[in-house]
Amino acid sequence: MNLLILILVPLITAIAVFLMRNKEQVKWTAFAGASIQLILSLFLFKAFNDARAAGNTAQMLFEQQTALFKSWNISLHLGVDGISVAMILLTSFVVVAGVLMSWKVEKMTKEFYFLLILLSMGAYGFFISLDLFVLFFFLEIAVIPKYLLIGIWGSGKKEYSANKLALMLMGGSALVLVGMFGLYFGGGKSFDIIQLSNIHIPVATQKICFPLLFAGFGVFTALFPFHTWTPDGHSSAPTAGSMFLAGISMKLGGYGCLRVATYLMPEGAVEYSNIVIVLSAIAVLYGSFATMMQKDFKYINAYSSVSHCGFVLLGIGMLTKVAITGAVMQMVSHGVMTALFFAVIGIIYERTHTRQIDEMGGLLKVMPFTATILFVIGLCSLGLPGLSGFVAEMTIFMGSWERTDMFHRAITIAATMSIVVTAVYILRAIGQVAMGPIKAEYLHLTDATWNEKLATMILLIGILAIGLAPFWLNNLVSPGAEIIMQKIQLAK
Amino acid sequence: MKLEIITVLILLSPFVGFLINGLFGKNLPKSLVGIIGCGALLASFIGTAALFFKDATGVIHLFNFLEIGTFKAEIALQIDHLSLMMMLIITGIGFLIHVYSIGYMHDDAGYHKFFAYLNLFVFSMLTLVMGASYLLMFFGWEGVGLCSYLLIGFWFKNQDYNDAAKKAFIMNRVGDLGFLMGMFGLYQFVGSLEFTKVMAFDFSSVPTHSLVLITMCLFIGAMGKSAQLPLYTWLPDAMAGPTPVSALIHAATMVTAGIYMIVRSNVFFSLAPFTMEFIAIIGLATALFAGSIALYQKDIKKVLAYSTVSQLGYMFLALGVGAFTSGMFHLMTHAFFKALLFLGAGSVIHAMSGEQDITKMGGLAKKIPITFWTFTIGVLAIVGFPFTSGFVSKDEILVAVYNHNKIYFVLAFIGALMTIFYMLRMYFLTFFGTFRGTHEQEHHLHESPLTMTLPLMILAALSLLGGFIQLPALVHGTPHLNEFLSAIVPSKPEAEEGMFGIYLLVATIIGLAAIYFVTKKKFVVNSYNAEYSGIGKVLENKYYVDEAYEFLFVKPTMAASKLWADVADNKIIDGMVFMAGKSVTWMGTTFKYMQNGLVGSYIFMMVCAIVIIVGLNLMRVFHVYPF
Repeated sequence: MNLLILILVPLITAIAVFLMRNKEQVKWTAFAGASIQLILSLFLFKAFNDARAAGNTAQMLFEQQTALFKSWNISLHLGVDGISVAMILLTSFVVVAGVLMSWKVEKMTKEFYFLLILLSMGAYGFFISLDLFVLFFFLEIAVIPKYLLIGIWGSGKKEYSANKLALMLMGGSALVLVGMFGLYFGGGKSFDIIQLSNIHIPVATQKICFPLLFAGFGVFTALFPFHTWTPDGHSSAPTAGSMFLAGISMKLGGYGCLRVATYLMPEGAVEYSNIVIVLSAIAVLYGSFATMMQKDFKYINAYSSVSHCGFVLLGIGMLTKVAITGAVMQMVSHGVMTALFFAVIGIIYERTHTRQIDEMGGLLKVMPFTATILFVIGLCSLGLPGLSGFVAEMTIFMGSWERTDMFHRAITIAATMSIVVTAVYILRAIGQVAMGPIKAEYLHLTDATWNEKLATMILLIGILAIGLAPFWLNNLVSPGAEIIMQKIQLAK
Repeated sequence: MKLEIITVLILLSPFVGFLINGLFGKNLPKSLVGIIGCGALLASFIGTAALFFKDATGVIHLFNFLEIGTFKAEIALQIDHLSLMMMLIITGIGFLIHVYSIGYMHDDAGYHKFFAYLNLFVFSMLTLVMGASYLLMFFGWEGVGLCSYLLIGFWFKNQDYNDAAKKAFIMNRVGDLGFLMGMFGLYQFVGSLEFTKVMAFDFSSVPTHSLVLITMCLFIGAMGKSAQLPLYTWLPDAMAGPTPVSALIHAATMVTAGIYMIVRSNVFFSLAPFTMEFIAIIGLATALFAGSIALYQKDIKKVLAYSTVSQLGYMFLALGVGAFTSGMFHLMTHAFFKALLFLGAGSVIHAMSGEQDITKMGGLAKKIPITFWTFTIGVLAIVGFPFTSGFVSKDEILVAVYNHNKIYFVLAFIGALMTIFYMLRMYFLTFFGTFRGTHEQEHHLHESPLTMTLPLMILAALSLLGGFIQLPALVHGTPHLNEFLSAIVPSKPEAEEGMFGIYLLVATIIGLAAIYFVTKKKFVVNSYNAEYSGIGKVLENKYYVDEAYEFLFVKPTMAASKLWADVADNKIIDGMVFMAGKSVTWMGTTFKYMQNGLVGSYIFMMVCAIVIIVGLNLMRVFHVYPF
């Protein structure tokens, strides 16, 4: 299939949204566009599997290349491997759910949906680009709408959060840009990922560029200590904004760390892997510890995201095939899970008008559907077998355990400890929100509406599909991880 | 029907029950909800019985869960004698408790939810014992933990109950961490988590210290799940759940998962003598510790809860001294009589309109005769009255302990005496003497309906006769259980010493002595109704362990977390971020003065620059380097 269509559909949807006259038309157009994209990505998944089953062993499938700037050797080079397909699937699920969760946005509805769809286009473009320059272009497209979404439709100290988030992410982008030029001039005068992966980039260049690119993308995925935009950004963003931010934007960083930093610079990855591991283990524990005493529901999920995304970077830093596969699975799992978590928080917030968990209580009685979803999502977050979180984290642990030396073993054990802390904060939050005596003013609350139910069910399907039968995701991802590992093996 | 299909149906039947009651139970009539809940269990039980009589064994592969390079995880079920034994206990006793719940929970608003959770629990528990690998066992392991959480907090509007549920889950999580580590370690050496591969593996290639670490980690998992020192405090609190839950989950099945896991892994546990000794010591210490607390409890369910912890300690003691079959035997008989006692206690609470304090009961024997007689059998079985099931199984453990270490034996015997004391105390306070409750309670006293008394009678029969499957050779019995489990637990070659009967004698004497005290009424009202002081107060407050844990672990963790979030994150790290931002602003405000629009200052700066550049060049020319 022609991958260009994955960028064109959101683009056309965004333009169509802009042309619509009233709010109903805007909403339905956006929903239609997102649904078409979801169907397309499922179709891509099937086409990809069929091509692989038919014996197509090329590294990238559905490749196409159009030169953009000949003199700079920049081209629109598109192509996907299993990892990209997994990320595209994730994005399309989250986008549909996010569109449905924004059904009640009253203020500047048209602009809101336009920005949402534009953001999703950035993400799709990012995941299918095989040219660093184009990839960077799409990365920026995915960042800028975020600033407006928070600044205009946010809540709380939204201007502060929007500024902080945009500046920190821009700072990350700046590092990426510098690293990219480093690769261009220090490597093969090319921005093409496939070309760069086939030549040997001098070790000296790798040593400079790897930290730049890894840290740059790391900012997006809340690499410690560049994570402080996460709690403020998430908590001020509107529901769909938080969903996109945690479900998609943070994954851009993880994907970049893997595809650009680790894959192109294996020597750099080996060189810096210890630092990466230590920082990500700190993020895992730090995030979960910091969550324990939070009172704002969104802060809880934001810090929890820092912890869970720490696992992504931990998996990448461990440099084993199982761990890298686990890292990608964690990206998908966490993306769906955290988007659903924010959706549920949004549903509750819209009714209680507070996000302070100690002001809630007993919602299981009046909102059984929402509270049940909250339970499921909490259990997924704390890694209950049968749900996606367990599969991904288990795979990362298994992969990390393959590193038998003392250093890696100690880090692995320390990171595994977080499963206890996670249980503490999740049960505390769920207990205070859903259980206990209910307040009189909440007795009249109504349960989720159709669009909210549909949004949560779509994401729930993702969680169960990964949790109960993870082999499809694993078969998709692990060949891609294998190729990355081959380069790392050579570098070792 | 093919065996594979039966096996899968055994597992899925409770799950289907869960789905029906969970999704549609709200709109179904109560009778149908009860029938679906019990029917699901009955189907499982019949299937299990069919497998048992056909003597079917084997591994059934379902699907590949994950396969990444060398790491392969398969979903497969294993039917052998050990899992069959557990399945019979789970589905058999589970079914009886489901039937009992029809009566017990009849007036509860969450009736359908209760049956849904209970079915989900049985499904998870069956997964735990039927899984053919440690991974699938872990699935069940976590699943039962979840159901336990849901059922302890079943009456979720009460904040104390929620806290109890949370505590149970988190304490179990600490154990799960150990289980996970043990599993990883095992995988590192064996390269697989499937039982068949692990059991066939030659462990002589594994260094002993690694084996000790692995087994210790797994045992930490067992400590959490089976409520052993120091991770036991959740179990007494778990009594917040409805009584059938206490009977099924917190006495008969879930808490025995740790014992099942170790028996399943006996091949390599017995190669780690250090761990085995450790297990024995922990088991023994728990048996004594919990037994002594039970002496001074006033809540009928708390007495039974501590008694459960204590009996689980005995099972671990048996495992620790290498008597795996005896541990399993006691697991089975304990499941019979402890389920009976809990359900009997539930019937008492039901009759007493919700009252659980035994000092406010008394003289119930005549009012609720069926409960009284069946409870009597349960008490006789747990104290080890001759030829009841508890007598045979406990005696077997004591014999094994005697052969292992005489000091352990003496301590274990003291623990057994405690059992007699606390059980008889509770029994007499509840059923004899005069009624001490309110007038209203007395007016409402009634025997429970047949759905509740019938399971009691069946369990009473099992408690009475269950010991006959494994009588020692001394009384010309056949150790059927040893033979049944011989494929999993290799029987020990050395002959057991003929100790059979000593326990019988002493137990009877002391039991009579206790009854003597009771007839003098000293036991009943005077001393135990009073405020305790000294050691009694310490025991009544459970050695203040909960308070100590609160002080040692909970408070510091919460304080650290607060410090972490408020200071480390907000002040230090965010502070650095602000510094970066501020420095840019500072540079902007500073350098803006260079562009002040005054021609004179521009010329001055230009001259300065020219001087510097020329000066530097001159220095280079004349090789003068000031730095």
